[in-house]
Amino acid sequence: MKIQKSSLFALYAVLELASDPERQLSATDIAGKYGISTHHLAKILRTLVRSKLVQAVRGAGGGYRFTGIINRTTLLDVIELFETLEDESDAPSPKGQFAGAVIEELQSITREIDDLTKAVLDTITLETALNSSRLRASFTT
Amino acid sequence: MTDHTTIRKAVLDDFDAVIELDLEGIMEDKPTYWQDIFDRYVKTGRDDGYFLVAEISGEVVGFIVGEVRAWEFGSPPCGWVFALSVSPKSREKGIGQLMMKEMCQRLKQAGVTTVRTMVDRENKLTLSFFRSQGLRTGRYIELEKAIV
Repeated sequence: MKIQKSSLFALYAVLELASDPERQLSATDIAGKYGISTHHLAKILRTLVRSKLVQAVRGAGGGYRFTGIINRTTLLDVIELFETLEDESDAPSPKGQFAGAVIEELQSITREIDDLTKAVLDTITLETALNSSRLRASFTT
Repeated sequence: MTDHTTIRKAVLDDFDAVIELDLEGIMEDKPTYWQDIFDRYVKTGRDDGYFLVAEISGEVVGFIVGEVRAWEFGSPPCGWVFALSVSPKSREKGIGQLMMKEMCQRLKQAGVTTVRTMVDRENKLTLSFFRSQGLRTGRYIELEKAIV
């Protein structure tokens, strides 16, 4: 499973901001930390502001700060602002009963994988992801 | 928040409190199941199975049950947590975390280095809890089918 770049950038931004909800960071600050495009991140932050996970603070020293609920928001909540994890490819039109059954079987397997992916992402809160990240960071320092 | 919480081994008198807590979870009355669990883990006492309760001011507000299982599904001995509940009014106070920590310590003392559990994928609350305790999808995949 591959998460789209927009979702991944959104997760970077949300986790970075949620790690200290009192702090304000600019798009440039966050993009610099994660080595990603500021331009792309700025667009993503606008979506995050609309979703009320993040607030834009104007004026000198302004930037973005986290305003969501850290132990209620899951990784899936963030990802689904940018993409659906369901397979959206158009099924071909089969000729014959067996070809139809093959297509249905493969769609069923794809759904099984999608369901598992969603079950994982929907049960990891931002708080859990941050705690695990902090633990990981403490092992590597 | 967990200063006054005591984690202790379950006793026979906890039976009704455990049943009540269990009903707050899946709303399915199964006294025979719990009688069997109490017989196996409380009445007889086992050195590789643990039935713990969390108590605040004399009231049982949570329980956890786990044991060491060896060579099931070809797995070397490991700990299994197969029941866990915290009263809704006592949630978000770290009680589940305390019980899980105590269970892991006991399992570790019993000689295992891995703890497992299984949770319905629709049960977001419990899944999120175990995730927050560091559990991740393991190396065994549960498979099932309807038998018609």
